[in-house]
Amino acid sequence: MTDTATIETSATGTGELLGIDNLSVSFHTRRGVVKAVRNLNLKIREGETLALVGESGCGKSVTAHAITRLVPMPPGVIESGIIRFRGTNLLSLPEKEMRSLRGSKISMIFQEPMTSLNPVFTVGTQIAEVFVTHEKLGRKEAFARAVELLDLVKIPDPAKRAKSYPHQLSGGMRQRVMIAMALASPEPGLMIADEPTTALDVTIQAQILQLLNELKKGVGMALLLITHDMGVVAETADRVAVMYAGRKVEDAPVEELFANPRHPYTVGLLGCQCSAPSNRNAVRLTSISGSVPDLLTLGDGCPFANRCGNVKNECMESFPDVSTAGEDHEFRCHNPITESGASS
Amino acid sequence: MLKFILKRLGLLIPTLLGVVTLVFFMIALAPGDPARIMLGERANAEQLAQLRSELGLDQPLSKQYLLYLGRVIRGDLGKSIVTQQKITDELTDRLLATIELAITSTIFASILGIVLGVAAARKRNSWVDYSTMTGALVGVSMPVFWLALVLIMIFSVGLDLLPTGGRMNVRLYFIPITNFYLIDGIIMWFREGKADYFVSALKHLILPTIALGTIPLAIIARTTRSSMLEVLKQDYVKTARAAGVPERKVVFRYALRNALLPVITVIGIQFGLLLSGAILTETIFAWPGIGKWIYHSISARDFPAVQGGILFISFFFVMINLIVDLLYSVINPRIRLK
Repeated sequence: MTDTATIETSATGTGELLGIDNLSVSFHTRRGVVKAVRNLNLKIREGETLALVGESGCGKSVTAHAITRLVPMPPGVIESGIIRFRGTNLLSLPEKEMRSLRGSKISMIFQEPMTSLNPVFTVGTQIAEVFVTHEKLGRKEAFARAVELLDLVKIPDPAKRAKSYPHQLSGGMRQRVMIAMALASPEPGLMIADEPTTALDVTIQAQILQLLNELKKGVGMALLLITHDMGVVAETADRVAVMYAGRKVEDAPVEELFANPRHPYTVGLLGCQCSAPSNRNAVRLTSISGSVPDLLTLGDGCPFANRCGNVKNECMESFPDVSTAGEDHEFRCHNPITESGASS
Repeated sequence: MLKFILKRLGLLIPTLLGVVTLVFFMIALAPGDPARIMLGERANAEQLAQLRSELGLDQPLSKQYLLYLGRVIRGDLGKSIVTQQKITDELTDRLLATIELAITSTIFASILGIVLGVAAARKRNSWVDYSTMTGALVGVSMPVFWLALVLIMIFSVGLDLLPTGGRMNVRLYFIPITNFYLIDGIIMWFREGKADYFVSALKHLILPTIALGTIPLAIIARTTRSSMLEVLKQDYVKTARAAGVPERKVVFRYALRNALLPVITVIGIQFGLLLSGAILTETIFAWPGIGKWIYHSISARDFPAVQGGILFISFFFVMINLIVDLLYSVINPRIRLK
């Protein structure tokens, strides 16, 4: 690690694993500049599961890619910000050092297990590649370690399965392989799971989440779980950050957020669940009316203003500052929902 | 895997039967009476009838076809009218010359084409990309005979660096061993301790190889580029990057193997075309291969020879396709296991 990349902050003392300060990421497209992530602050503690929640296109995946520095550049540009990983600013690391972190201390699994594995190599070879890359193991030894990992993610007959090609495995199996690959790190730090269960059947989803939870406890890694499914959040997360149109609008421990949501968007998201009180015996599910604004034409105001039931004049003019509600609960709203559930 | 090979070999039979049939009827139904063309305007009816019965042309077409088919199955392609030699012998003598040139051209085109294609894809929209793709467009559009003549003008006539034609310096009094002159040159090198034969064979190969390889090179470079661009967008490339695999390895191990699938098909087709389509190049460079032989057979109206030559080339084309299919299944496990 270089000296310049090390930042001394008080945050490192509080068990912080990953800290994002004021991150802005844009994409320069033919139609104009898309501000995908704006002034984002996030914090993940060692061993914690943070769920990053929001609709499609709200900047969740871009955030994940920014952490691993896999944002395609161009067209992507990281405009500003610091991403601290155990005190080191990832954004100023040389590419070579960043690469040695990828797959070893920061690993990632993706949404589409169908396309995330290379079709022309056996799954064992692909997992083994991580050992070859980071631990300089020989092919044979690395392959043996891959078989152990397949066993760890509960794939039956792992020695045989390691010799399978991805197209011979089911979606759930492939996602287990992806998880095994992410676990192949010598020193588990952070696993980023980008909608790991979205492409899977509901029963398989539950199995994969359970597996992730078990492994997380067993290995002692932190998990950044990107999802739009509040059910998944409730089952898995310790804390939740809600994003909307590139902005973080609320951030709280999971029980607190479910019990006492302050931002109207969070309330809307919770209301969209099948299990939400408003949806019991309902013929139609509740939804948030309107649609996500075009990130190209976003002004200075609150991006949710045009869909918000609590909208006030100032919402159109400025994005609100951070407000707090009790310990560890932050939100950004000019006219938040009060604790009783009614608007002030 | 064995089952797959057997299945593909089984499919070869109807394909080859179709080729034989097509070649036979193409020549048989072509306008003009072979006997009259061969004997010339002044031949009398008696001479014509005699030649026709010699060639079997007085029989009904269906019978001619069956007789021909029977002979082909026994490996008999008949005799050349001009030289009175067995066509199979004449062809095998020349085949190796053609194959040698086709192989060097394919190797030249494949290696350079893949390297340029990958470079263009990795540096998309840079000067590397633009110059490679412009060069490829020029390469595809260039007539082979013109390129061959220009190469001779510059390197043989102008700079006097390379020979204008032939396979080996005639002063070397050389008796072919394998008929692949490069390999023969190496054997002679060991035997006589001098590299002259090898160097001469190599020098004679350079210009024809470039002339013949340029179009395939351009096609392979373009195919590699577009295939590589497609593959680099895939999720599994992102997975490899997220696992910390070095970029060079991501490109050359993970991406290239997928990107090569369509390229291999193209290389196979191009190799087949080189075997059959080298008529102009072989003629210009006085390369004693099948192309030049067919050219002379056509000029001499040697119908059995033309028929045999085309059949021979088609047979190799089909065989090469088979080999490409087998190769494809080695690289792509999804085909093998179905």
